[in-house]
Amino acid sequence: MTLNEIKTLLDGEVLNLGPGLDALVPCAIASDMISDILMSCREPSLLLTGLTNNQVIRLSDMVDLVGIVFVRSKRPLDDIVEMARERNLPLIVTSKTLYTASGLLYNAGLRSSDI
Amino acid sequence: MGEYWNIKPELEDSVKQHFSAPPEAEVELEFEVPEKDFNTAGRGSSEVKDLLKRLGVDSETLRRIAVASYEAEINLAAHSKGGVMSCMIYDDLIHLRFLDKGPGIEDITQAMIPGYSTADELVREFGFGAGLGLPNIQKNSDALHIQSAKGSSTLLELLIFFSAP
Repeated sequence: MTLNEIKTLLDGEVLNLGPGLDALVPCAIASDMISDILMSCREPSLLLTGLTNNQVIRLSDMVDLVGIVFVRSKRPLDDIVEMARERNLPLIVTSKTLYTASGLLYNAGLRSSDI
Repeated sequence: MGEYWNIKPELEDSVKQHFSAPPEAEVELEFEVPEKDFNTAGRGSSEVKDLLKRLGVDSETLRRIAVASYEAEINLAAHSKGGVMSCMIYDDLIHLRFLDKGPGIEDITQAMIPGYSTADELVREFGFGAGLGLPNIQKNSDALHIQSAKGSSTLLELLIFFSAP
């Protein structure tokens, strides 16, 4: 599944394009707990989260995130988006909840990251 | 005074040798980690990962080092009155050392239990406080040493080998 398909499925808005939306997303993790995310990202993953602080972007320095989807219409502030720009990290925002967004992607065939 | 050790059995000899007679590090770095400053927390771990990447450390080892280092750096910011993160890089391993200014861990064994957390509201707002920090550090390290007592500073140090010796 590509980021572009994910954006369409979630009726999302792109906040930062990064290297483009044609990149393939192999798997995903959904969580609002940073340690959970760190523990679950053993391979390049899409992150779905309700967290919008700078530490979510900092996470991408530690583990391989192919993009972040912010749920429930939560928008990171400009300086956080700027941090993502510096890292070439795609950001998408959706009005859907974490549960619904995850369910839609799962049903469309996007598997969970290996723990 | 409480003390905790966890060493991968197959690496016990190498770890003991390192701690009993540490050689001179190839590179040494130091980062201040202020209390509750989540704007800067994590920068040290990012810089260390960047440097090791340039030095050619493989991606899986890099991930383990970054995760263990970041969790420990966040612990300093979230749970202590601030402290210092020191990084010593050798030919075959990295030694990370986190020394804070208190208030100390009352029961280290309890702190190691997944899900146990003393994080306050601010820390939780940032997405920390899952009670997985120390277990995650242990999972990704080849050797972990913690020394602490209630009312005093905590020393957490870990070793990760670049490839099995």
